[in-house]
Amino acid sequence: MKIRIQTEDFDVSTELAAIQSDGVGAMVSFVGVVRPDQGVTHMELEHYPGMTEKSLTAIAQQAIERWQLNNVVIIHRVGVLEASEQIVLVAAASAHRGTAFSGCEFIMDYLKTDAPFWKKETGANGARWVDARSSDRSALDKWR
Amino acid sequence: MSAELRIEVRFFASVREQLGCAQESVTVPATINTVGQLRDWLMARGGVWAKALAHDKPLRMAYQQVMCTADEPLDRKASQHELAFFPPVTGG
Repeated sequence: MKIRIQTEDFDVSTELAAIQSDGVGAMVSFVGVVRPDQGVTHMELEHYPGMTEKSLTAIAQQAIERWQLNNVVIIHRVGVLEASEQIVLVAAASAHRGTAFSGCEFIMDYLKTDAPFWKKETGANGARWVDARSSDRSALDKWR
Repeated sequence: MSAELRIEVRFFASVREQLGCAQESVTVPATINTVGQLRDWLMARGGVWAKALAHDKPLRMAYQQVMCTADEPLDRKASQHELAFFPPVTGG
């Protein structure tokens, strides 16, 4: 398992190569990017050092146990990010695709509601804190 | 034996901005036993504190770096206490 909070960008191919190993038949990855909506030019990502790593590790551990994943990588960037830049990578490696898809989606869904990150976006109308979506919370229902 | 507790309180994102405070070390009286009571105790300072921590705000709380609810008890046996207040998270 690899959990990283960093300001630098990441390379998806490099990260996927790192979680490939004996027994791995499928790797699913998710990449979130800064959506250049409504004139958003950049955003600033804040997090809670210590708790962030703790919560992501707990989420990844749950996914590994539930779907018998071979490996998981989570990289989340913080600091100032320009429109279209990569924000987050979640990748799951497993024997077969079904568990890799489910594991990756589960981690992303819980990251959205439980990991202490906050986005402040800046656009034509100035800067504002992004509101949490209720759909993120209801996305968890499918895992209960 | 003093039953007062020393607690590191941290604030993030819009709550931090509203309070103009990222972190504060507070010593709370023995009557404060839960996370919710500590929130009320901070709100009693009035002004921006009463506003930023108001009950009608969708505030989230974490005790010892784990998300919790208002009825979470403060652990009298712990050597260190860390409590955080922040808005609903928006990562990913």
